[in-house]
Amino acid sequence: MNIETERIGANLIVKLEGELDLETSPLFRQVVDEQLNHYDSIRHLILDLKQVRFIDSSGLGVILGRFRRLSQSGGRLSAINVSDPLRRLLQLSGLLKIMDIHEDRRHALGEL
Amino acid sequence: MVKNYLKMEFPSLPQNVGQARLIVASFAAQLEFTLAEIEEIRVATSEAVSNCVIHAYSGQTGIIRLELEIEDDFLVIRVIDFGKGIEDIEQAKQATFSTEPERMGLGLVFMESFMDQMELKSSPSQGTMVVMKKRPERGFADAGVSRNSKE
Repeated sequence: MNIETERIGANLIVKLEGELDLETSPLFRQVVDEQLNHYDSIRHLILDLKQVRFIDSSGLGVILGRFRRLSQSGGRLSAINVSDPLRRLLQLSGLLKIMDIHEDRRHALGEL
Repeated sequence: MVKNYLKMEFPSLPQNVGQARLIVASFAAQLEFTLAEIEEIRVATSEAVSNCVIHAYSGQTGIIRLELEIEDDFLVIRVIDFGKGIEDIEQAKQATFSTEPERMGLGLVFMESFMDQMELKSSPSQGTMVVMKKRPERGFADAGVSRNSKE
């Protein structure tokens, strides 16, 4: 799992590459939490899922955990480049209710 | 005709969850599953094996047994551990139930949703076995075209 982060204003864009499961989700939690701890200005999280080949409930759990943290200060969670199988998982898990899906980062940034 | 099967054991380490997914997806390719169905099988396998890693041995490392079988056009997956077992299976099946923080309690929901059949057997202090079955839909779903008629 490769994780790249980029800050644009109050947004943290997290680009994931690989499989987000029980093995790799602790790394995702660590990388995102470090950014949130370091930069108080971050309010919104945008996940770029283009290169994600797999997510299960362990991966969805750490995503939900970061959302819970951001939502305390009114932050939002978005995802871009979401494949059909991933969209179905998000729907089944209920995460689509709290997560905005956008076509690309331009739309995600515009919406937020 | 000899029914194909595969049986293996591995330690309950997080890195083996991905290995189990790979093996099951490869074995499942013997049947005419679509890519979407293979994806569902990968998720269900991941959930079953992750549950063993997280819950079965209370932070210790134990053995996970994975058994795969082709049975009457069905892929059969058995994921077995010899750990502490589940005290209340009905409670474990609740979508929001999880004994771990940040776990969504969705593992069993995904297994039930993505496989045709899912059965959970458990005895306290003896272990847990998940049996999941799935048959390819292709050929049966195409308006009246059965798989046999293609041959």
